[in-house]
Amino acid sequence: MDLNFTPEEEAFRTEVQHFLREQLPERLSAQVRDGLRLSRADMAEWHAILNARGWLANHWPREHGGPGWSAVQKFIFELECALAHAPRTVPFGVGMLGPVLIKYGSAEQQRHWLPRILSGEDWWCQGYSEPGAGSDLAGVKTTAVLQGDHYVVNGQKTWTTLGQHANMIFCLVRTNREAKKQEGISFLLIDMNSPGVEVRPIITLDGEHEVNEVFFTDVKVPAENLVGEQDKGWTCAKYLLTYERTNIAGVGFSMAGLEKLKLAAARVMHKGQPLLRDPLFAARLARVEIDLENMKTTNLRVIAAVAGGGAPGAESSMLKIRGTEIRQELLSLMRRAMGPYALPFVEAALHAGYDGPAIGPAEARAAAAQYFNYRKLSIFGGSNEIQKNIIAKMILGL
Amino acid sequence: MNFEPTQDQRMLADSLDRYLAEQYPIEARHAAAASATGYSTAVWQGLAGLGAIGALLPEAVGGLGGDPFDVAVVFESLGKGLVIEPFLGALVVSRAVAAAGSAAQQALLTGLLDGSTVAALAHDEAGGHYELAHVALQARRTGDGYVLDGHKGVVLHGEHAGLLLVSARSAGAVDDEAGISLFLVPGDAPGLVRQGYGRVDGGRAAELHFQQVAVPASALLGTEGQGLPVLEQAVGWGVLALCAESLGAMEVTKQHTLDYLRTRKQFGVPIGSFQALQHRMADVLLEIEQARSAVINAAAAMGADRATRERALSAAKYSIGRIGTRVAEESIQLHGGIGMTWELPMAHYAKRLVMIDHQLGDEDHHLARYMALAA
Repeated sequence: MDLNFTPEEEAFRTEVQHFLREQLPERLSAQVRDGLRLSRADMAEWHAILNARGWLANHWPREHGGPGWSAVQKFIFELECALAHAPRTVPFGVGMLGPVLIKYGSAEQQRHWLPRILSGEDWWCQGYSEPGAGSDLAGVKTTAVLQGDHYVVNGQKTWTTLGQHANMIFCLVRTNREAKKQEGISFLLIDMNSPGVEVRPIITLDGEHEVNEVFFTDVKVPAENLVGEQDKGWTCAKYLLTYERTNIAGVGFSMAGLEKLKLAAARVMHKGQPLLRDPLFAARLARVEIDLENMKTTNLRVIAAVAGGGAPGAESSMLKIRGTEIRQELLSLMRRAMGPYALPFVEAALHAGYDGPAIGPAEARAAAAQYFNYRKLSIFGGSNEIQKNIIAKMILGL
Repeated sequence: MNFEPTQDQRMLADSLDRYLAEQYPIEARHAAAASATGYSTAVWQGLAGLGAIGALLPEAVGGLGGDPFDVAVVFESLGKGLVIEPFLGALVVSRAVAAAGSAAQQALLTGLLDGSTVAALAHDEAGGHYELAHVALQARRTGDGYVLDGHKGVVLHGEHAGLLLVSARSAGAVDDEAGISLFLVPGDAPGLVRQGYGRVDGGRAAELHFQQVAVPASALLGTEGQGLPVLEQAVGWGVLALCAESLGAMEVTKQHTLDYLRTRKQFGVPIGSFQALQHRMADVLLEIEQARSAVINAAAAMGADRATRERALSAAKYSIGRIGTRVAEESIQLHGGIGMTWELPMAHYAKRLVMIDHQLGDEDHHLARYMALAA
């Protein structure tokens, strides 16, 4: 047993820390640290900085532009980025579509699309969920009918994160109504600028425009935009959902969140002493801190198993469940720590450059909005209940 | 980073598991628990012969390992086997002797290591409620030694132990950190009245009444009045051991419960096909993995500075107390009526899991201690 990183891994960690110190713009890290909303330009800026260093597509194989990192290196990178309050990389192109194209795409598709993901020329979004297909993803009804050299697509996608910024969407579409549920689905790449594509915003309960509905009316899509075989898209879909989930626990985000929470709770006063010393609050905080310490080791154990040749299978479901529970609990405690000042909601104050009057503690402006926004963690990416179904089936054999 | 046990650790665990599977079926365990001594001498010596005690101590004092992960491996196996033999006392007392004993006292380790001496920690008192510094039993200096006077409660194997490690107050008030002295006292010392009884989770414990028990100056372990750090370190090893024991018991409890969910049918199908039960079981699995990580964290911190070590130990014991109790309660519930029966082995694991939370500090005690150590 040895919980320490190797000297090489420690050297890598130092290299990442150095890179973040040098290259992560202070303006961006301040926005992330304060829970402010990021613009498309903010996200694109960080994307370009990572790409210039060759660290953007850090889980792609070397021949496609990846740095060739081990699972441990990827963990360290994610951890350090989170601790430095780096913006999260928008995952749809680099994290999701890239690996699918590398595994199932044609040589031509790889040559065409992969460099455009890296350069940021294409901004991808994900067309999976539909009004009638959430946890039951195989229930997608959007249809694609092959007519000569193109598909004609009709239907609706929803919960399309950052779709308002995207020019491309990868979709699960039904190409065969006769086949059994999972077997008539295809994986199709669609240009959002095509005639017949309409994007409508969905405003979430925190007042943010992060997700969208995307409507397709007789949209013509070139047949060469099919990835893999027709009717075999479920294979791609499943691969995408299980790929690289060793960092799904978000340990780095939670560590950064805990640090931020402790600072805030040290400043808020209650009965003449910092809230951090209030026995009930301190007990809640200690509980989640211990759970996080345990989670960190659980995460490293899964990574060590992957490094030893195992595949991150259903174990990632455990990481997802507990990791998101911890993140949500930390945000819940931050909201509590703000006391009555969790109530004021000045939308403009959530954007960089706001120079209006501050209301309450500095952390208060985003505390409640973030808490509400991150209720999504236990719902998306396969709800935590779906993850428990997976554990029951794949690990427990029930 | 490496989470694999060493080959030696794996071999030791395998041999302990095999021995227990063959020699210690639940009926044998029940018989040992109900016997006059509350454990089986044959099993105790059999396990000692396989190195289960030796592995708890470093080679420098005659042991075979003594690494924190060695201790965890042994106690996880003991937990899987639901072993009631006096290993915890052996670990805690011999660790204290190894750390602070005089040359003459170190000689006691031979008997402790080969299992011929059964040792017990006599520390808890009524009103102490897990606080290490709470010591009321008086140690009064006399011409050539000390006289011990007072009471120790729920001393595991206290009735038959040949050697007792006794915490006593030689100065200061009841809860002072200074003024605690440790003594090595023979179990048959004149004036010591031992009142034995059974435990709800099997085996025996005792109330010890020290009535003017005279001990020589050579019985003092370490420095007079400065016993607390020695006690804390020795108890720390005990906390690690209990956490690992609990983990072993959790794994078995989980397996028994899973087997039951797969085979018990209601409404014409295995009850494990019901989502309500699947989700509860998935939670149990997840919690046990977190418990395992807690044990690893604690073992890894044993060599660290005091604050880091004790914080990791309290984090682990808190986690284990909370999770062990949850695993026990869920497993009984998931079994339904049969989970309530003496006949079912799982029920005895469940009792042990809950009672581990009552030894060396419970969930609340260690959460508060974790918080205090952070402040």
